[in-house]
Parts: sequence; C-alpha cells; structure tokens
Amino acid sequence: MSVAQFGGQVAAEAGGPGAGEVEQERRRGRVGYLLLLPGLLWLVIFFLVPTVQLVATGLYDPNGSLDTGYAMTWSFSNYWDVLVQYQEQFLRSFGYALIATIACIFLGYPLSYAIAFKAGRWKNLMLVLVIAPFFTSFLVRTLAWKSILSDNGLIVETLKTLQLIPEDGRLLATPVAVVTGLTYNFLPFMVLPLYASLEKIDPRLIEASKDLYASGVTSFRKVTLPLSAPGLVAGTLLTFIPAAGDYINSELLGTPQQRMIGNVIDNLFLVQLDYPAAAASSVLLMVAIVCLVVFYVRRAGTEDLL
Amino acid sequence: MSRVGRWVSEHVVMVIALLVLCYMFLPIFFVVLMSFNAPTSRLNYEFQAFTWDNWLNPCAPAGMCESVVKSIEIGFLATVFATILGTLVAFALVRHRFRGRAGTSLLIFLPMATPEVVMGSSLLALFTTAGLAGTLGFWSILVAHIMFCLSFVVVTVKARLAGLDSRFEQAAMDLYANEWQTFWRVTFPLVFPGILAAALLAFSLSFDDFIVTNFNHGNTITFPMFVWGANQRGIPPQVNVIGTVMFAIALLLVLSGGVLQRRRER
Repeated sequence: MSVAQFGGQVAAEAGGPGAGEVEQERRRGRVGYLLLLPGLLWLVIFFLVPTVQLVATGLYDPNGSLDTGYAMTWSFSNYWDVLVQYQEQFLRSFGYALIATIACIFLGYPLSYAIAFKAGRWKNLMLVLVIAPFFTSFLVRTLAWKSILSDNGLIVETLKTLQLIPEDGRLLATPVAVVTGLTYNFLPFMVLPLYASLEKIDPRLIEASKDLYASGVTSFRKVTLPLSAPGLVAGTLLTFIPAAGDYINSELLGTPQQRMIGNVIDNLFLVQLDYPAAAASSVLLMVAIVCLVVFYVRRAGTEDLL
Repeated sequence: MSRVGRWVSEHVVMVIALLVLCYMFLPIFFVVLMSFNAPTSRLNYEFQAFTWDNWLNPCAPAGMCESVVKSIEIGFLATVFATILGTLVAFALVRHRFRGRAGTSLLIFLPMATPEVVMGSSLLALFTTAGLAGTLGFWSILVAHIMFCLSFVVVTVKARLAGLDSRFEQAAMDLYANEWQTFWRVTFPLVFPGILAAALLAFSLSFDDFIVTNFNHGNTITFPMFVWGANQRGIPPQVNVIGTVMFAIALLLVLSGGVLQRRRER
C-alpha cells in the first residue's frame, strides 16, 4: 500500500509514459488474446453454441421423440404453433413483469433517493439492508410469502376487517400474490443502479435550480429525474427481463391460472419431453425480450447503455 | 400545524424508504419465525407453536443436509473457475488492445441479459443433442454455473480495474520493478477487493441458482432443488433453519468486511 502511494506521487511528478512503449505495446497485444481465450471459449461453447442449438431444436420434426431422435425438417410452423397455443401465457408473463417493474420503480425510487440524499451516515447501513435479502435462498424467501399471505394470516385478516376484500377472499393463489412476489424478488435490481446514478448527481445542480425559483416538484422533474435516467433504464431492464422469464413465483404463489411462459417451457422440456415445442417457446421468449429491450432503450434515448 | 407539515414534507421520502425496507425484510422475518415453528401438518404455512426441535435436529429431513453440502461444493468450484477466467478477461479488456473488442463486450453482456429459463433450456438442448442426457449431474451443473457467473465476475473486476490509477504501475516500473513484481506488489493488491467481491457474488449466484440447475441437474440434488422438490410434498421447517443460518453468515461476513475496511482507512 505504501509502495503504491509513494509511487503515485513520483508518477504524478514524472508525468506521461516513458520510452520503449511501442515494443511493449505489441507484446501486450499477444498477451491480451491469451488472457481472453479461456473465458471467451467457455462462453462460446456453453452460451453461444447452446443458443444456436436451441434455435435449431425449435425447427426439428415435431413428430419425433427423445427415444427415436429428432429429424431436422426446418419446421418453422413449430414457432407459429407454440405462439398460438401459449399466447395467453406469453401475454401474462409480459403483463406481470410490466406491473412488477412499475411497482419496483414506485417503491425503488424513493428508497434510492433517500439513500443517496437523505441517509447521511446511515448510507452504508441502508445499502447493506438493500442487498441483505439476497443473503438467503430465493426459494426460501418466496416460500415465506406463502406464510405472509396465507388465508388466516395478518394481512388477509386486516384487509377483510377493512372490507377491502370479501369475507371469503384470499391473496394466495391470485395474480396479486404472484406480482407481489415478483416485485419483492427483483426490487434490489431496481434500487442498486438507481442509487448509483442518483449518487453521481452534484447536489449543487439541485440547489441551483432552487435558486432559480424552481419548486421542489419542478426541480425534481427537470433536474433530478433526467439525470437519473440511465439508472432508471438499467434498473427497468434488470427487473423486467428476469421477471418475464421467472416461473418460481407463479409456481409457488399462484395456481395453473397464473402460469407464465417459464412454467410452460419447464413443463414442455422436463415433463412432456416435447423438445421442438419447448425450444421454440424458449426462443420466442428471448426474441420478444430482445425486441422490447431495443425498442425501449431507443425510446428512452439511452443507446449508449447497450 | 405548519411545523408538522414541514417535518412531514422533509422526511416523507425517508419514511417511505423505511417502509420499503420493511417490505424487503418481511420475508426474512418470516423465515426466522418459521424456523421455530412446530407444524401440525406437512402442508402447513402458518405459525402454530414454538419449538427448538428444528434447530436441534437441522438434518432431520432426509437428504436436506446432503443437498446443502452439494450446493457448497458446486458453489466453491464454480466460484474458483469463474473468478480466475473472469479476472483474466477483465484484465485483457481494460489493459490490452485487441481486435473484436465490441464483439467480446457483447458476448459478456448477453448472458446477463438472457432470462435464466432460456440459458438453462438451451444448455439442455445442447447436452441432449450431444448424447449426454444420461450423464447429466454434478459436472453439467458446474459447467452451467461457471458460464453464468463468468460475466458477473468480468463486470465487477473490470469496474475496479478501470477505476485504478495506472500511474501507480508506471511509478513502480520507474522505480525499477519488473512487470512481474509490479503486478504482484502493486496491481494485484489494488484490484484484490474487486476480485473478492466478484468471488462472493459468484458464490451466492451459484449457491442460490434454481432455474438453470433445474434443467441440467440429472439426479444431483442441490439445496434449491431440494426445496423445490419438498414443496410438492410439504416444506419441512428445517428449510427455514438453513435459510436463517445462511442469512446470518452472509450478514456477518459483510458487516465484518465493513468494520475491517473502516479500521484500515483510519
């Protein structure tokens, strides 16, 4: 540590790079490829190749089976068939993910804002609290919601007393439970990037807007919100993408009426063993998400994020 | 009244923020609470009666502790491999010039932007096509975990490296350190906190993964797989004991890390 500090001072006085840099630069080029190779190879073999294989599997003969093997028949109709058959689950996945993402914005923005501007010396503690839920298992936490929302639980009883839900009403096994679970599970993915971009805002900019007679609301709308846009966009993507593909929440907190496309893919692959249909659904989910993300990022004017 | 009004308007953001934190902690509270529950039936999700039994016999449910051990083994190996491979890539990206930089960045970004269900199912499609469907198990889970942890390691280490003042290294060279010495005495100690953070992230991603594992686990049961299977038959309360212990260990690690850092800054 002290070597580095001392070195920093010397370097600051000595200034720019020295001689012999060109020779060194060329050697570094070769070292660079060597450093990249193992990691990139891993990603190519176990991410890129499988994705191509998935698209191909979606084109296999739908009449084949795992035992007899599948023939490549370029059956583009597989894609159309699953789209028609599972359109309900596709739409539901994107609907639930959208609602959960909006809920995350409304819950996450005040929290990130408070951590960035109001927390003072509690800032680090609050950040630890935000990531703390990650410390225990995703499945165990989601199962805890089963207890929280249970039919005789405190929340359901309170809502009944307030007459907000009917006497025989329940929360568990409804869309509300699934969306509550999704919102809960992906909220930290909204809070962390939002906090990162709010933290970078120079408070003097907000002061300046106040000096120029902007009200609190105007100052927020014209200064804080636009400056936090990159964090908001990143947070939206980090929440929406996993939420749209999730099937743990709908399986544990919902019923077959709340099935999402993730449940369908899981079921087709592992229970029905219908690989072509399963692969086609999986590819369609990916394509739909990529299209939505590109469209959204263009509209938000933050292309440089990608 | 106006004083009350001003207090509210000044603190309303903080009040909302604390309420949101409560929402985030509600399930943790229930996990701890349910670890002391004595359920009356197997499909029981409400608190019935207090008991120490679950804590005294944490391994009572058949196969649960074995699944935790399996998860730790896979998590450890996946962390070691992903951290080494990812750190090398991060160094190449920040410190070296090469062709195809845009493509490389895209390849690293894509796994983070792909839904897990797509990654898991595509690996299964590949393994099945390669005729490996019967052999799926420990190795296929490990391969998959290294794959999705890699990108997160690259991003985390890269952030730390990019923020590092390269004049430290130039200074070391000026003081006649060779490249090897410069790397181990200057660069590595400065980047180490980033590598450690990346390793912790990788371990928690691997340990907690359900969706990708579910597609490629064969007959190997990790802890999330155990919980998923148990959910069909009724969750044993000991699952919450494991959840509570995990939470306590992680919290302890983070807090002690914070204390250490503060002490070093003094």
